[in-house]
Amino acid sequence: MDILPILSTLRRHKLTAGLLIMEIALTCAIVCNAVFLIGQRLHRMDMPSGVVEHQLLQIQVADVVKPVNPYARVQEDMALLRQVPGVQSVAFSNQVPFGGSSSNAGVLLDPNQPQRTLNGTTYFGENLVSTMGVRLVAGRDLRPDDFVDVDVALKGLQTGDSKSLPHVTLITRTMAERLWPGQNPLGHMLYLTPIVGLRVVGVMDSLVRPNAYDASTAQYTMVIPLRMSADKGMSYVIRTRAQDRAPVLAAAVAALKKADPQRIITTQRTFDDVRDHFFRDDRAMAGILVGVVSALLVVTALGIVGLASFWVAQRRRTIGVRRALGATRGNILHYFQTENFLLATIGIVLGMVLAYGINLFLMQHYELPRLPAIYFPVGAVALWLIGQVAVLGPALRAAAVPPVVATRSV
Amino acid sequence: MFAYYLDLAWRALRRSPVLTGLMVLAIGLGIGASMTMITVLHVMTADPIPGRSGRLFYPQVDPRPQGSDRETPDPPAQLTWVDAMNLLHASKGVRQAAMSGGRVTVIPPEGPPHAFNAPARYTSSDFFPMFGVRFVDGGGWTAGDDEKHARVAVVARTLADKLYGTSRAVGKILRLGKYDFRIVGVIDRWNPAPHFYDLSMGSYAKAEQVFVPFETAMETTLGTQGSMECWGDFPRDGNLTKADGCAWVQFWVQLDSPAKVAAYRKFLDGYSREQKALGRYGREPNTRLYSVMAWLDYNHVVPGSVQLQALLAMGFLLVCLINTVAMLLVKFLRRGGELSVHRAMGASKRAVFAQLLLEAAVVGLAGAAMGLLLSAFGLWVVRQQPVAYAAFARMDASMLGGTIVLAVCATLLAALFPAWRACRIAPARLLKTQ
Repeated sequence: MDILPILSTLRRHKLTAGLLIMEIALTCAIVCNAVFLIGQRLHRMDMPSGVVEHQLLQIQVADVVKPVNPYARVQEDMALLRQVPGVQSVAFSNQVPFGGSSSNAGVLLDPNQPQRTLNGTTYFGENLVSTMGVRLVAGRDLRPDDFVDVDVALKGLQTGDSKSLPHVTLITRTMAERLWPGQNPLGHMLYLTPIVGLRVVGVMDSLVRPNAYDASTAQYTMVIPLRMSADKGMSYVIRTRAQDRAPVLAAAVAALKKADPQRIITTQRTFDDVRDHFFRDDRAMAGILVGVVSALLVVTALGIVGLASFWVAQRRRTIGVRRALGATRGNILHYFQTENFLLATIGIVLGMVLAYGINLFLMQHYELPRLPAIYFPVGAVALWLIGQVAVLGPALRAAAVPPVVATRSV
Repeated sequence: MFAYYLDLAWRALRRSPVLTGLMVLAIGLGIGASMTMITVLHVMTADPIPGRSGRLFYPQVDPRPQGSDRETPDPPAQLTWVDAMNLLHASKGVRQAAMSGGRVTVIPPEGPPHAFNAPARYTSSDFFPMFGVRFVDGGGWTAGDDEKHARVAVVARTLADKLYGTSRAVGKILRLGKYDFRIVGVIDRWNPAPHFYDLSMGSYAKAEQVFVPFETAMETTLGTQGSMECWGDFPRDGNLTKADGCAWVQFWVQLDSPAKVAAYRKFLDGYSREQKALGRYGREPNTRLYSVMAWLDYNHVVPGSVQLQALLAMGFLLVCLINTVAMLLVKFLRRGGELSVHRAMGASKRAVFAQLLLEAAVVGLAGAAMGLLLSAFGLWVVRQQPVAYAAFARMDASMLGGTIVLAVCATLLAALFPAWRACRIAPARLLKTQ
């Protein structure tokens, strides 16, 4: 197809063509950036947790009257929960992956170092690794004789008696790599305070923080052998088969209620719900962005339809003349399609520059990363497609103009 | 003349219904999307306590030891119990209140098996008059009650309804865990957004159901909730009033004039110096005194994602406007012949221009109507989202008016260039070619 005649025609419609190009450029720039934002949100929502999410349940209990022996209460409850049909394993934890509320500690490599090396989250509780299905890549799991009652440890912390404190910990692969790059972390010491020294005895493949707001530190996780007492912030974590989750949750709650009707179940949910809840803002944002991007593409398509229809109506006579001189319907169709392709291409090129500019602005004001090059073709392809689809109707109408129009006066 | 122009505009628009429809759709979509996001931004940045926000201040002091935590020069976001009580008893403001969030177990008259949890606030007597909380029955407790650690409580209307009925609740007993409290007041619906007085509960947290004197709550060991920043040891028995190394109390003070604000700043510095001399503080005076809006700003209460969405919506509106400019241009230029006749018959350029603008204004009004419908739908969608601020995404009168004005102004702006361009035609030439 010869594009020179198209260019010379467009030169006669500088204004309208210019506006259309501007619209396509803006749309392209916004779509590139919005799709990038959507991609980022979706990527965040896919953050791995390191646990067998589809098989886990969380129950939180608040006691109206504090139990006489809060440690015995936990053991009774865990025994009770193990009796519930379908329950495979039970753990008691101070926090859960993506749970939001978290316990964190500054980590030192040397007990006398003034500034912490990193901030990691600390999981406390028994049976955590096996119940949550965390994979160990090196070393061993925590053993019952590693565990220290939390009250004893707090007392030790106050009196400075390091014997009554826990001595070992599990850490994630990511954290090990950050603390001792390229070395075998097993046997290394880390410190939470100058007197709380923990020897790394096991390395977990992955276990996400409850407060995983920043992907770069989401895996800075330790599991510390502290035996917790019954308290309202604590969670029972139950592992069961994925298909049994609903009945097991109901039965487990009923069992706990039956053991002590006075207490309140403050949280009862599957880990799918935990993840859903944690990422709800991201999902809402992604949804809104998808809505706006679709609306934007529809508006641009409507604009193309409007202008193309106008041009077709305006050129009915010329089309008739061309048809009379021997142009086929296909020639006319292709003419309008090529014209649209040209306009879209110019718009897309301008749009790319604009997209880059917008991204620079957003990077400065909203701490967004640089727009990866992969997103540029996304915007381009989307607009080429939209353009071709939008112009098809008017172009077909143009192709249907009979040659006899040429002989008629207006 | 106006009626005649209107009639002309109506005829012109009806002649090309598809193009008119496209224009209305484009404007409607643009207005709908941008007004949805602007409304969300508007409610999120709104003054949570209009009329009082300029007089309420949030003091901060820095009790941390010299060497610790050099990365954060700003003082802790909250106060320690000791500092909060010192500032409260110093009584240097017109009114002041110390407070913390909590969660209480309410045992209803039907008995313990029906117990439920309710969000609570532990505070001092000035809380209610200072924040202008309205009572439907009874009133707040007195400073004397604070001092005596009286077992009294104020409850929200919804809770009073649930337990005894709004009008019968005052004087009744409210059982929280092991302890009985006498209900002295029932407050009307009160839910400032953002939840400015305690952002650690979530910027758009719901207001509390139960209010109890702060010291009474500590005495009866009702559990606190919210964030806590510690730089010293945490007390083993969990008694927060002894935790001098932990900040967890919010404090608000009412100061009615700039002179009082300046005096309060001076007081905070003097207090810090005094505490340093006593050996409690390790640093030179490092104090702050934020007003309500400044405090919200300092805490970045409006999420960046909402600002981004508003920006995106504005970009969208821009595209819709360019679209409208193009379509109006096409529409007006197509009518070159008709306009030439008008001109040839004696209509001035200005008259033609005015007529074209009126035509655009009609399109703008139709777009505004559609935009309103679409933004009502958009806000409904936002309200369905499980985000904290969802419940506040509603349109008020100012936003309603703003939508219509924005739509008409935007359309007129978009029409200016096409109308001017259409007026510039040379009537003689166009008439000749016909």
